[in-house]
Amino acid sequence: MAKFDVAVTVRLQSEVNDPQGLTIQSAVSTLGFCGISNVRAGKVIEFQIDASSIDHAKQTVEQLSNNLLSNPVIEDFEYDISIATSDTS
Amino acid sequence: MKACVLVFPGSNCDRDSYHALNVAAGFETQYRWHEETDLSGFDLIVVPGGFSYGDHLRSGAIARYAPVMKGVSEEASKGTPILGICNGFQILLEAGILPGAMLRNTQVSFRHQWVTLRTETTSTPFTSNIDRSCLLRMPIAHGEGNYFASKDITEQLQHNDQIVFRYCDSEGNATDSSNPNGSVSNIAGICNATRNVLGMMPHPERASELVLGGTDGSLLWGSLAEGL
Repeated sequence: MAKFDVAVTVRLQSEVNDPQGLTIQSAVSTLGFCGISNVRAGKVIEFQIDASSIDHAKQTVEQLSNNLLSNPVIEDFEYDISIATSDTS
Repeated sequence: MKACVLVFPGSNCDRDSYHALNVAAGFETQYRWHEETDLSGFDLIVVPGGFSYGDHLRSGAIARYAPVMKGVSEEASKGTPILGICNGFQILLEAGILPGAMLRNTQVSFRHQWVTLRTETTSTPFTSNIDRSCLLRMPIAHGEGNYFASKDITEQLQHNDQIVFRYCDSEGNATDSSNPNGSVSNIAGICNATRNVLGMMPHPERASELVLGGTDGSLLWGSLAEGL
């Protein structure tokens, strides 16, 4: 068994309107920052997972992301996975 | 008529719904806790509004996996009328019992106000007794009520007569300014293909007695009672 660090990033699909991103964009302009466009907001979910191999870990991460962490109707996800640097359990 | 109101951790319209069904509509009503799985024997199941599981992750995302949703799915397939109000609608969407998803309101803010609704179809057990020429008034109270579905799904909903309520102005026109949250096609409520599951963002249970400011919500209870 090995322990892996995982960070799943969930974003609204590009064709889905993003009210949060638009609001942040508006604040960016109000604050006077120039040249910043196409702001999109998402979320990152971090966790650790025990698995016999990185492939098994990836399989579980993808199932979890499809079934719970993201809503495939409106969101896409991607993830980073690496051998855990510290065991915080 | 026997009704039940589901209760999740974080539901906060469960008592309003119970009161509306029990007192205003005169239905024999019971609560059903989220850990139960058998919902058989009821003529109506209400998935109430609120903030189930704190709305964490996405509204309804955690509640859809509660044990009681097994019973909801079973009863949905058996044809039992199921009404999801506000967070209840969000839960039914997350569970895939109804198509589409909810986004944050386009204004990002929480919207709480009375809205005007146009009934788009009377071919459901919830709206069979409603005169389509009369507009309805009900309150909304939500931060994520911006209904989204792909163009294909929206066209399919329209084609199959599954759009049940639309936000509209006082003349019955579904305009941008009468759309309180940015919902695609001004959609306020939809039903499933077999027409026994209705999800809606407005709160009929908060418009079931004059003292609350309106009774249009009772038209749904009347339709359900007459259908039995």
